[in-house]
Amino acid sequence: MVRLEPRRQHSQAMVYLSPVLAILMTLVVGGIIFAFMGKNPFDALYTFFILPINNSYGISELFVKATPLVIIAVGLAMGFRANVWNIGAEGQLTMGAIFGGGLALYFHDSESVLLLPAMFVLGALGGAFWGAIPALLRTRFNANEILTSLMLTYVATLFLSFLVHGPWRNPEGFNFPESRPFPDAGLLPIIFEGSRVHLGTAVAVFVVIAGWLLLSKSVIGFQLRVVGKAPQAARHVGFRQKRMVWFTLLLGGALAGLAGLFEVSGPIGQLQPSISPGYGFTAIIVAFLGRLHPVGILFGGLIMALTYLGGELAQITLGLPNAVTGLFQGILLFFLLASDVLTKYRIRFGSIAAKGRTA
Amino acid sequence: MEWIVPFILTVITASTPLLLAASGELITEKSGVLNLGVEGMMLVGAIAGFAVTASSGSASLGILAAVAAGTLMSLIFAFLTLTLMANQVATGLALTIFGVGFSALVGSGFVGFAIDPLPALSIPGISAIPIIGPILFGQDFLVYLSIAAVIGIAWFLSKSRAGLILKAVGDSHHSAHAIGYSVIKIRYLATMFGGAMAGLGGAYLSLSYTPMWAENMTAGRGWIALALVVFATWRPGRLVAGAYMFGLISVMQLHAQGAGIHVPSQFMSMLPYLATVIVLVIISSDRAKIRLNAPACIGQAFRAAQ
Repeated sequence: MVRLEPRRQHSQAMVYLSPVLAILMTLVVGGIIFAFMGKNPFDALYTFFILPINNSYGISELFVKATPLVIIAVGLAMGFRANVWNIGAEGQLTMGAIFGGGLALYFHDSESVLLLPAMFVLGALGGAFWGAIPALLRTRFNANEILTSLMLTYVATLFLSFLVHGPWRNPEGFNFPESRPFPDAGLLPIIFEGSRVHLGTAVAVFVVIAGWLLLSKSVIGFQLRVVGKAPQAARHVGFRQKRMVWFTLLLGGALAGLAGLFEVSGPIGQLQPSISPGYGFTAIIVAFLGRLHPVGILFGGLIMALTYLGGELAQITLGLPNAVTGLFQGILLFFLLASDVLTKYRIRFGSIAAKGRTA
Repeated sequence: MEWIVPFILTVITASTPLLLAASGELITEKSGVLNLGVEGMMLVGAIAGFAVTASSGSASLGILAAVAAGTLMSLIFAFLTLTLMANQVATGLALTIFGVGFSALVGSGFVGFAIDPLPALSIPGISAIPIIGPILFGQDFLVYLSIAAVIGIAWFLSKSRAGLILKAVGDSHHSAHAIGYSVIKIRYLATMFGGAMAGLGGAYLSLSYTPMWAENMTAGRGWIALALVVFATWRPGRLVAGAYMFGLISVMQLHAQGAGIHVPSQFMSMLPYLATVIVLVIISSDRAKIRLNAPACIGQAFRAAQ
């Protein structure tokens, strides 16, 4: 029989080892799934995880895809630590793109250097606004933020669809459901010549550092850590739960909104009905993969970005459906959560009686 | 008034998948387990039901496959949260992410397939009665099953011994354990029932509501089912009212255009999601009522002291 025996202290080694273990297990299961689909598992895994980054352009694309994931996940992780489950980052991302992108469309012949910074501000505000609704509903009306934030994602996506099909459709766009292209002054500068790596990637690195400092040095960061580890103790010393809810949802929303703005003013360059391949949801996995720590999230974001690139390549070269990416992401999260048990418990084989005999 | 019968029929078909999934989740939650993976379990149920029906030509086999698929999905969740004590919220999200990907992968081979929708069970003579005939006696098997399930669950929770044990486990797992009930085993069973019903809800979508497969065809219904359980304050009777109210809201967009209401379609499509938020706010703000009815141990891991 297998038993779980609680550890006195969380195993530090396992905190770092368990994500690695989860990734290895996902690769094994992935290989088995590929074999079932009639593909050579080693070829498929090579195509998925090595081929996309065996040249410098591939690596630059990895940064492009990791940028929104890292920015969003740093915000979400703050909430998850305090048991605030914002799963509506996709909607907050969309609202950020609408707010910030709307400004670029309103000033579509602007050449002002102030346009881009103003778009940053509006993008973050749009996301924070969309995060503020679940915060208000949770603190004022006790409504579960998991469900409200997710429902608002559908609302935001439909609202974007309405805008690009209706009032914001490009008047010179042959009736395609997309907005005008943003003016040059509203596009993010490229920071590496010959790639699509944009200013947002630098911001993502900044967000990681700022998140790290916030968590380790600030009072609210201390409170977030305590609330996560010992909720009852936190209540005892009077940390206000409502403040945590507001702080984490506003911060998470603002960061998701900023990430959404970076997508539309970076790689996309206009508003379209679909502006994200589920970055807001994948960021949830990134947050867990990074152990809810900003530095870990930086690595987690790069790994999950690789699953997007691998999925695209596998679609082209192996004819695998794009859904394989989502499948891998789900399996990885399962293994992460399962391997978490190793940090809190020791696994013992043999029954209690057997242990008694050997002792 | 000739529009009224087809209108009521579409409300019933829109409500049934919600009712099936929500009544399963109600039992799961009553045992103290919060499984947020309903959306994922419905999707996997939908593709399992569709794929087996399309391949075998038998809708009965399809329905069985959907039940099995939903149950297997819930077992993944149960193993992670009950045996390995993983966080229930995160595991539920993982189940949905996995279900979306897995169903899309399996379903990619079935896009564009056509099947016959589930046949209506008709009783000669009675089903031909105007108005009440087609509404009450001309539905398919799963519609009747959804109503029967709610009645059965209501009886189970209020009258049966097993139902009382289930509630005891959900309200105070330590006491239930002390009396000698196996908390983990009961929670496994309740979670599996939730998975089976979510699978059925998914099968209803792909076999009857729109007899075809499309990626992400549940479109948030699993999440709405979760909200319905809160709306019903964990009481089966109110679940029916809630599911049919949401069914009504979600078909309004189909009929609004016909009725000459010219609101952009996207705003009509927002209605079920906005209604979910509003309903949650109204019900949840009555904290005393939630405290009284919610299973006290919901979402908490249980580990027997050794």
